[in-house]
Amino acid sequence: MAYFVKRIVNSILLLLLTVSFVFLAGRLIGDPALNMLGPGASDLALEKLRQAAGLNDPLWQQYFRYIGNLLQGDFGVSYRFGFSVLPSEDLAAIGQPVVAIVLERLPATFLLAAVALGLAVPLGVLMGVAAAANPRSAIDRLVSAIALAGVSIVQFWLGLMLIVLFAVQLGWLPTGGYGDARHVILPALTLAARPIGRIAQITRSAMLDELSKPYVVTGRAKGLSEGRIVFLHALRNAAVPIITMIGDELSALLTGAILVEKIFAWPGIGLLIIDSLSRSDLPLIQASIAVVAALVVLVNLLVDLAYRVVNPRIRLGQGG
Amino acid sequence: MPADPSLSRVGIDVGVGLAESRQARFSVADYARAVVQDKITLLAVVFLVFLALFSVGAEILAPFPPTGLNLADRMLPPGAIGSKGAFYLLGTDELGRDLFSRLIYGARVSVSVGVLGAVVSCALGVTTGLTAGYFGGLYEDIIMRLVDGMLSLPSLLVALFVLFVLGGGYVNLILVFSVLHWMVFCRLSRGLALDARSATYVQAARTLGASRLRIVFRHILPNVMAPIIVLFTLEIAILILSEASLSFLGFGVQPPDPSWGLMIADGREHIRSAWWLVTFPGLAIFLTALSLNLVANWVRAVTDPVQRWRWLTGH
Repeated sequence: MAYFVKRIVNSILLLLLTVSFVFLAGRLIGDPALNMLGPGASDLALEKLRQAAGLNDPLWQQYFRYIGNLLQGDFGVSYRFGFSVLPSEDLAAIGQPVVAIVLERLPATFLLAAVALGLAVPLGVLMGVAAAANPRSAIDRLVSAIALAGVSIVQFWLGLMLIVLFAVQLGWLPTGGYGDARHVILPALTLAARPIGRIAQITRSAMLDELSKPYVVTGRAKGLSEGRIVFLHALRNAAVPIITMIGDELSALLTGAILVEKIFAWPGIGLLIIDSLSRSDLPLIQASIAVVAALVVLVNLLVDLAYRVVNPRIRLGQGG
Repeated sequence: MPADPSLSRVGIDVGVGLAESRQARFSVADYARAVVQDKITLLAVVFLVFLALFSVGAEILAPFPPTGLNLADRMLPPGAIGSKGAFYLLGTDELGRDLFSRLIYGARVSVSVGVLGAVVSCALGVTTGLTAGYFGGLYEDIIMRLVDGMLSLPSLLVALFVLFVLGGGYVNLILVFSVLHWMVFCRLSRGLALDARSATYVQAARTLGASRLRIVFRHILPNVMAPIIVLFTLEIAILILSEASLSFLGFGVQPPDPSWGLMIADGREHIRSAWWLVTFPGLAIFLTALSLNLVANWVRAVTDPVQRWRWLTGH
């Protein structure tokens, strides 16, 4: 239990450090008011905005106000999205709250990551098991080759190649965008390539370890079917490294989504990050990075805790 | 492994006999023969050697200058003969520049970013990791807390943000990679140093009064090189992939420097009419990463005492 608390406190500290870093780095790139109104703004308008946004206060005051607002779920307003009359002393009238923009984009990214993981986990585990059950066979070689290709390929390039083949040449699937089930196939496949490879590799090596252990020999001597030994006994024992890898890949999926969403014009948080970076929309950048970092840290935390629940050896070791 | 002079001077040969007898079984020639016999690894090594040659000698080996415009020969498909009888092996782009030559110059940028990033992060990570593992105490706690924290951040996202603040470009890219990738080396080396702390050869060196830094860098480091080399090779591949991604998004190498990721980004606009502009740079990245992975697997296998025998004798 003490471990859980320590781990959670660490994660919160890490997030605090991240948003502080993003805040300070954001101030390094230049005058936020100028960024917001553009180079054509008059001095009067700039000054008005600075006063309204509190940009004339000492940096430490701005920092604590920023953190305080974050804790209340207020990430500020966007420089670019939802403009109304400018300049205004009422900040809420300038742009849409960034937190609303970010939350609006999250479901699309979650859907993409879920479909990709839903493809990658069963495929990767089955491939790894098939390879380990028939070591040095043709299946084993094929699985190793596919896995190696999956980890060596550039994700966004694979996406482009899939577009050329299935959307441009064959015309079976749309080139991008968000809509019915056909839209999710290509981006999810692109995103799944690498996790399929990693999961197949780790499953293969974990299963090879397990299948050489004495309990497998015992099972065979007892006359259990090979399928029962492989899936009910060995795979359960090999689950710990596989789950750890799946967790790793889940957080990689969230960041990998940045490129895949860009290629397929998938309106998720990855595309939002790229758009906000290219428009220098600082509040939106800060909010989207904070949200993705929080998600990744949360996933890592959950995987770490799940790992301890799944593996009695570690759990008991901690307790005793 | 040669006998440690500081040990033989006082007549101690702890572990030396064992190391020598193991060494005697396989010579350099055995390793070389094993590479040649293993066709796929051999192909990978040949590819990497050619890649290195082309990166270093781009000026001599590239048939055309990378920025040589020739508007008469725009968008020619691979294998086309240009207006003045010029032969374009992989075709030309929208400005009539030879794709093959640009790939060669791009190799120099992409590969050197990967290698330099891996060298700096490896040096940082191994130094901190070995000392943390061997010294222990508060120092180890602080370093490992930092490693755990940084490892749980999404590195591509942090890289994007930092490059957005600092601006892209070759040097910044290497800087960012070094700061964001040393942790994996640190974690690995710390584990290796922890294992080595109780090894006989380290105890012997300690008994002889060797300083802590001498033990870490002269005794432990040479003995744990193999896994570090494997990770180093894999990291080069990962960094080349990351460079391509960041440059593709416009936050990495800046034009007119040719980089494989940038070339894919440029070719993307013509993906319907000129498939070769996107296909070949991506293929180059894929083959490079694949070769590095294969070589890493091979190094891992031959340096593992259990697997080495099978690989070197072909059984």
